[in-house]
Amino acid sequence: MRLTQGTFSFLPDFTDEDIRLQAQYAIDKGWAVSVEWTDDPHPRNTYWEMWGHPMFDNPDAAAVVFEVNECRKEHGAKYIRVIAFDASPGWESIRMSFIVNRPKEEPGFRLVRQEGEGRSVRYTIQSYSADRPEGARYA
Amino acid sequence: MTETAEETAPRPETVDLARAFEESGTREVLRELDEEMIGLAPVKSRIRETAALLLVDQARRQMGLATETPTLHMSFTGNPGTGKTTVALKMASLLHRLGYVRKGHLVTVTRDDLVGQYIGHTAPKTKEVLKKAMGGVLFIDEAYYLYRPENERDYGQEAIEILLQVMENNRDDLVVILAGYADRMDRFFESNPGFRSRIAHHIEFPDYTDGELLQISEIMLAEQNYAFAPEARAAMADYIGLRRHQPHFANARSIRNALDRARLRQANRLFAEAKGPLDAEELSTITETDLRASRVFRGGLGTDRARVAQAAE
Repeated sequence: MRLTQGTFSFLPDFTDEDIRLQAQYAIDKGWAVSVEWTDDPHPRNTYWEMWGHPMFDNPDAAAVVFEVNECRKEHGAKYIRVIAFDASPGWESIRMSFIVNRPKEEPGFRLVRQEGEGRSVRYTIQSYSADRPEGARYA
Repeated sequence: MTETAEETAPRPETVDLARAFEESGTREVLRELDEEMIGLAPVKSRIRETAALLLVDQARRQMGLATETPTLHMSFTGNPGTGKTTVALKMASLLHRLGYVRKGHLVTVTRDDLVGQYIGHTAPKTKEVLKKAMGGVLFIDEAYYLYRPENERDYGQEAIEILLQVMENNRDDLVVILAGYADRMDRFFESNPGFRSRIAHHIEFPDYTDGELLQISEIMLAEQNYAFAPEARAAMADYIGLRRHQPHFANARSIRNALDRARLRQANRLFAEAKGPLDAEELSTITETDLRASRVFRGGLGTDRARVAQAAE
């Protein structure tokens, strides 16, 4: 099951040139771009691990592609995303986020039902890969 | 969409170099260089040659005759204050107009910005700087300090290795300019052959002549809305002649410092002497006395120290 989170996730995987152009768009808007990775793809897992510092004063997106590739060397079998943070007053939040690297096998999510009081049922989802311990989830 | 349009567009059969010269704005940059920089004839001609080479190369690529990005890394050698940083700025804007770097900004660094203080500190620090310079020009001032042969555990070596790797692999992303004194740069290149082979353009900056320095001093003053009194101009010429033979002479930078001190003395003089209101001309004129009061006319820095030492004894 292909993970769809953030922007562009229904499109085919981005090439480095696509990543560069999108990151350059964010930089030109004045947003700080940074690279993050995780092996816990749950949609509520907002805080991924940071790969280096956010690039607050890099005028060119070649640096982002460089860092994505550095991150791929270390975490090539996990999820990597590029996020763009808008620091301007009133926003102070992520304006754009897109996945640039994903594991070969994406086992997807299982639906978990919990019996509540009476006959009510609570639903939640759980990633199959998250059963294994951190660091051993993807080949 | 634009990419596919470019791919399918037929290759031009002829190339109008003169038009490319106009349209890219190269003429503009070269004109600025000619007007704003005094002297430096060999540097200017080298830059013009480089610009021509790059224009031709661009044309060749349009016609499909060349595909590789040429090596653009440079070394600027010359004494202090000969305009290396200023020319590097112009170079960055030239490369930007010709489309060889995407952004055309200049990042100026020295050893301190690249080399860390403990194990494992250097690599991230150097990479950070390189990332900042991507899409532009990285100007490494006094580059020979990176290499310290007397200390084999020096972290400079690590910075050099990363630098060489990026200079080779990310040639499309950034241009590196190494700068420093001629003799020490030569020794640096001898002990780091990797650098020499990766640098295509070696540009030497000659010292300014006395006449050029005088011209520079007038331009510097005019930029700050000051001017020499007629006798002060002659005093400045004397000053340049004397200063050149004293230690720590740094061409245009020495001139800038001399003018800063002259302005200080002028302010003092106005304060001490002015009885009534001052007009704009009085406020912006550097007179002979402001210049003649300099230590340089009394034998330079050394004499004052000697006198103080004598008095102390």
